[in-house]
Amino acid sequence: MIKKFIHQFASPKTYLYQVDRFYSYIFLFSIITYIISITWGLLYTPEDFVQGNSYRIIYLHVPASFLSQSLYIAMAISSVTYLIWRVKLAAYLVIAIAPIGAMTTFIALISGSIWGIPTWGTWWQWDARITSTLILFIMYLGLISLHNSFSNHEKADKLLSWLVIVGAINIPIIKKSVDWWSTLHQSASITLTDKPSIDPVMLYPLIGSITGFFGLVICLVLLSSKYQIFIREKNKSWVKDYV
Amino acid sequence: MNPIRKRRVFSILFVLLFSVSGISLILYSLNSNLDYFFTPTELKDRNIPSEKRIKVGGMVLSGSVERASSKISFIITDYENSVKVVYEGIVPDLFKEDSGVVVLGVLRNKTIYAEEVLAKHDENYMPPNIEMNNDN
Repeated sequence: MIKKFIHQFASPKTYLYQVDRFYSYIFLFSIITYIISITWGLLYTPEDFVQGNSYRIIYLHVPASFLSQSLYIAMAISSVTYLIWRVKLAAYLVIAIAPIGAMTTFIALISGSIWGIPTWGTWWQWDARITSTLILFIMYLGLISLHNSFSNHEKADKLLSWLVIVGAINIPIIKKSVDWWSTLHQSASITLTDKPSIDPVMLYPLIGSITGFFGLVICLVLLSSKYQIFIREKNKSWVKDYV
Repeated sequence: MNPIRKRRVFSILFVLLFSVSGISLILYSLNSNLDYFFTPTELKDRNIPSEKRIKVGGMVLSGSVERASSKISFIITDYENSVKVVYEGIVPDLFKEDSGVVVLGVLRNKTIYAEEVLAKHDENYMPPNIEMNNDN
C-alpha cells in the first residue's frame, strides 16, 4: 500500500494537483506565523545586554542559515532517491531547490555581514564558519550553471545528483566548524542537547520566525518544482489540459 | 530490492565513503591551520618568529585595559597564559573587559602590536535586566 502511495505521489501529475490543493494553506499559515514572529521579535522583545538592538538581525539570519543547510540536505535526499529509484520527480526537485538554496545562503551571508560590522568590527573574515558557508553558496551556483550547460536533461540530472551527494560533506563541516576550530563566529545558541543560551523571551519569536520562514521557503520550492514540471513535461497531454 | 538498485545503493555508498575519507584526510592534515586565531597558550608553545603577522584571541583580562589618548593596551588571556596587546585606533563597541577579542598584529618582545582589533561575541543572548539580576 505504501509502495502504491509513493508511486502515485511520485507521478508529476498527482504531485501537481496535490501541491495546488495544499499550497494556499501552507502559504497562509507561514505568512501569518512569519509576520507575527518578526513583529514580535523586532518590536516587542527587549534589547540584548551587550549587543543592544543589533542582535535583532538573528530573526532573519538564523532562519536563512538554517534553511540554506536544510535545503541542501533536501537536495541530497532527492538526489539519492533519483539515483536509486530513477524517480523523475526527485530529479525535478533537485534542480528546483538549487536556486532557492542559493538565495537563502545569500541572505545568510549578507545578514551576517551586516551584523558583523557593529558586533565584530568587520564585515568579512576568513574564519571556518563564514568560509564554509561561502563555499556552500558557490556550490549552489555551480550546480545550477552545470545543469543549465547540458542540453540533454537526463544526463544533467544524473551528473547533478552525483555532485550534490559529494558536496553534502560540506554540510556537517559548516555545522561543526565552530566546534572543531577556533572561529570568530560564535558557537550555536540553540542545540538539541543543551538548554538554549538565548533567553526565552528572545527564543520564542526566533522559533516562530524559523517556522514561518521555513514554510515560505517550502512554498517557493513548490512553485519552483511546478515550473520544472511544466518545462520538462511540456509535451504531455495532461500538462496541456492543466494549463 | 532488485539487484540493479542494490548496485546503485552500493555505488552511492562507495562514492560517499571515498569523498568523506578524502575530505577528512585534507582537514586532518590542515588541522590547526584552519584555526582563525591562536590562543595565548598556543602562542607560548609554538615558536612564532617576530615580525610575522598573526591573530591571537581570548578574553580581555579584567582591569588590564589602559587608555592614553588614541592608544589602548590590554592583556588577552585564556586563563592559563596571557599576552599583552598594544593598539592605536578605535576598538569595536563590543570591546570590553571580560569579553572575547581577536587581534591581528605582530609579536615583538612578548607584546603584540596590533593592526586590527575585533570583538568576538559569545552565544549568550539575554535582556539587560536579567544580567543585572545575575550580578546581584
